[in-house]
Amino acid sequence: MRIDSRAAFDAAVQAAKEKVTGRKRQVFVCCGTGCLANGSAAVAEAFAQQIAEKGLDVSLGLFLKRTGCHGFCQRGPLVVVQPEGVLYTRVRPLDVTEILDQTVANGHCVERLVYRDPSTKAPVPKYADIPFYANQTRVAMRNIGKVDPADIEDSLANGAYAGLVRALNDLSPDEVIAEVERAGLRGRGGAGFPTARKWRATAMAKGERKFVICNGDEGDPGAFKDRSILEGDPHSVIEGMVIGAYAVGAHEGFVYVRDEYPLAVVHLGVAIAQAREWGLLGKNILGTGFDFDIKVSRGGGAFVCGESSALMRSLEGKVGEPRAKYVHASERGLYDCPTVLNNVETWSDVSAILARGGDWFARWGTEKSKGTKAFSLVGKVKNTGLIELPMGMTLRRIIFDIGGGILKDRPFKAVQTGGPSGGCLPESCLDLPVDYEQLTAAGSMMGSGGMIVMDDRTCMVDVARYFLRFLVEESCGKCVPCREGLRQMLAIYDRILEGRGRPDDIGRIERLARGMKLGSLCELGKSAPNPVLSTLRYFRDEYVAHIERGECPAGMCRALTRYEIITEKCTGCHLCTRACPTGAIVGKPKQKHAIDQGKCISCGACYDVCRDDAIRFGGRGRPEVAAAAQ
Amino acid sequence: MIGQPCNDLRPLQEILDRYPREEAALIQVLQDVQRAYNYLPSDAIEKVAEGLGVPLARVYSVATFYKAFTLTPRGKTLVKVCLGTACHIRGAKQLVEEVERVAGIKPGETTPDRSLTLETVNCVGACAMAPVVIVGAKYHGGVKTADIRTILGSAASLAK
Repeated sequence: MRIDSRAAFDAAVQAAKEKVTGRKRQVFVCCGTGCLANGSAAVAEAFAQQIAEKGLDVSLGLFLKRTGCHGFCQRGPLVVVQPEGVLYTRVRPLDVTEILDQTVANGHCVERLVYRDPSTKAPVPKYADIPFYANQTRVAMRNIGKVDPADIEDSLANGAYAGLVRALNDLSPDEVIAEVERAGLRGRGGAGFPTARKWRATAMAKGERKFVICNGDEGDPGAFKDRSILEGDPHSVIEGMVIGAYAVGAHEGFVYVRDEYPLAVVHLGVAIAQAREWGLLGKNILGTGFDFDIKVSRGGGAFVCGESSALMRSLEGKVGEPRAKYVHASERGLYDCPTVLNNVETWSDVSAILARGGDWFARWGTEKSKGTKAFSLVGKVKNTGLIELPMGMTLRRIIFDIGGGILKDRPFKAVQTGGPSGGCLPESCLDLPVDYEQLTAAGSMMGSGGMIVMDDRTCMVDVARYFLRFLVEESCGKCVPCREGLRQMLAIYDRILEGRGRPDDIGRIERLARGMKLGSLCELGKSAPNPVLSTLRYFRDEYVAHIERGECPAGMCRALTRYEIITEKCTGCHLCTRACPTGAIVGKPKQKHAIDQGKCISCGACYDVCRDDAIRFGGRGRPEVAAAAQ
Repeated sequence: MIGQPCNDLRPLQEILDRYPREEAALIQVLQDVQRAYNYLPSDAIEKVAEGLGVPLARVYSVATFYKAFTLTPRGKTLVKVCLGTACHIRGAKQLVEEVERVAGIKPGETTPDRSLTLETVNCVGACAMAPVVIVGAKYHGGVKTADIRTILGSAASLAK
C-alpha cells in the first residue's frame, strides 16, 4: 500500500488502529538482544504454538507480539500480558501454559513469575507499578516494547510518521528547524551540540548534494540505548531522518550501524523496505514531491568512527581517521558535501518533537538541557537495564530508586558516565542533577548515556587503566599526543598496578594529560585523559595507597593483594572451593578451609562468593611486592 | 603478499557482483568476504582491489584498520569475551583467563584443530547482563568462571 496524501495517511492510521484495537488480548514477548540471549525466542515460539493449537486467537482474541527491548534486560525473558499490563520475568517455555491458562484466560496472576521488590520481597505484578518503570519518562524510547518492529502498521497505530506528515504538509523547512529549536534539543550522542543550529548551518550551506546521517556506531562501552532503539523502534529513527532531510534539503541518507549489532541491521532493513513500500521513504514521499532515501552501512568495528568526521571517511570506504575541526561537516562533510549527522536517539526525539511540538518536549529538563535522555544503567546495581528520564534527575534517584541500590547492598563507590571520554563521579556527586553542564563541570560528560555503577570492590586506578587500554587500542594513530600520550600513560599505570609505582608518577600522569588535552586533533584524544583526571580528582587516596603503601583498597589488583580465610568464621560450605579457578583452596566440605598461597592468583572469586564473611584481603605491602617482582 | 590465500574465489565473485564498482563499497565487501571465508584471504584481497578499482595498499590499510577484519583464518567457532566497562567490573578478565586455561589459547589465537578462536571485544551492548560471553551466535549473560567449560561445550577440543 502506498500513501500519497494526507487523507490517505489518516485513513491508513485509522485502519491500523482498528486492526490493533481488534486484538482484545495481547501477549508481548521481548525479543531484544538481552532477552533473546536469555531464551525469549523459544518462549515466543511456545506461545505461538499453543495459541494456534488451542485456537486462542479466535476464542479469546489473543494476539502474540514480538517486541523490542523492554529495558529490564537483567530479568529477561520478559513477557507482558495486555490489557492488564502484567509483567512476567525470567519466563521459560514451560511457564507458557500456566500464563495462558491463568492470566490470559482467567485474569489470575502467576505470582512466582512477577517482579518482587528487592527490599520488601512484595510482589509487584503491574508493569507500571515497578519503580524501574514508574520513574521513567519515555520520548525517544516511546514505542520500544510496545510495537512489533517488523510491522509498520503497528507503528502507525502508535503514532509513527505523524510528525513527518505535519512537517511536510504544514511547515516550511525553516519552521521545522524552528520547532526543533523551540524544543531545545541537543545532540544525544554525547557532546550536546544544539541540533537546530547544526541543521540551520547545513540548510544555508551551498551545495547541490547534501546528506543526512544517523550515527549508530554506539561505541562507548557500557552504553546500548541506540542498539535498543534501532532494534525496537526503527521507524522513529527513519521518520526523524526524513524530517531532518526536508529541513536541510537533503535527498540521500545513511545509517551507520556497528557491526556488533546484527539484529539492529536486520530490523532497520525491514523497516526501511516497509517505509518505502508505504510511500514514507523514497520518491515523492506522502505525495508531496519530496524525495529522500536511506542506505544502511555496517561499521568496521573502530571506536573512533563514532567521531563524526571519521564516520564520514568510513562511509566513503576509507580508513576512519578524523580530520581537524576547522572544516565543519555542515559545509563539507561526506564527499565534501554539506552534511547533518545526528545520533540515533536524537533522530527518534526529532520525530516526537514534530508530532507533539517543541514546547511539549521542552517542559522536561533543566535550563540548558531540555527533554528526556536515555541511559543504560549497568554495573554493580540491582536493576540493570535501559531507562529514559527527564534531564535533571539526580544520580541518587537514578541509582537508588530506579536502580534499586547497589548489588548485595555493598557500599557505593562511583558511577562512570560518558564512556572513555567521561569520568568517574564519587558519592559526594550523588545529588548532582544529571544534565550536560553539571556532568561536564564535575569532570565527566553525558556521552552516549552509559552509567556504570561501581562498588567498593572496584579499583579506581584499575578503571582508569581499563579506559587507557581501550583507547590505546582504539586511537587511530594519526596525531602524536593521543597515540604516544596514551601509551606512556598506560606504561605508568601498568607499573603502579604491579606495585612498582614511583613517587612522582601522579605528577607525570597529570602533565601528560594536559598535553593530550591541548594537542590532540579530535575529541577522542582531547577527552581521553578524562577517566584519568576524574579518578585522580576524586580518588587520589587510592593512587597513593597503590604507589606508597603497595596495597589496593578494593582488593582487585592481584600483585598487591593477598587473600586468606578467617578460620574461626569458615563454616566449610565449600562455595569458595568451587569458585576458585586454580584449585587453591584446600579443605573438605564442612571442615575449615585454607588458601594455598602458592596456587592462589588473588583473583578474589572466593571473597565474592563467601556468605560468611570468612575471607579477608590485605595489601602485600611494598617490600613483599618488590621481592615477588624480583 | 601478507596473509594466506584461499584458492577458491567463487564466493568472492558473488560478493563483488552485489556491489557497485566504487571505493565506498570497500568496507561492506570486505565484511562479506570476512563472513564468507572467516578471514580475508590474500588472493581475495587482491581481487577486491581489482574489482573495486582501489589501490591494493588502500585495501590493506582498511583491512588492518578495522577490528572486524582478520588476515589469518579464524576457527570454526568464534568465542568473544566482552570487555565492556560493565563486564570489566563484573569480572570479565577472569573469564578470559578461564577460556585461556580451558581451551589453551590466548585472545586472538585459534586452537590447532581450528575449532575455536578466542577474541575479546570492547562491548557488545548487552551490558545489563554483564559479564557476557558470545559463542558463535549465542549470547551468554551473567557468566561465572565455573560456567566456561559448559559454555564452550562441544565447540572445541578442550585442554585436559
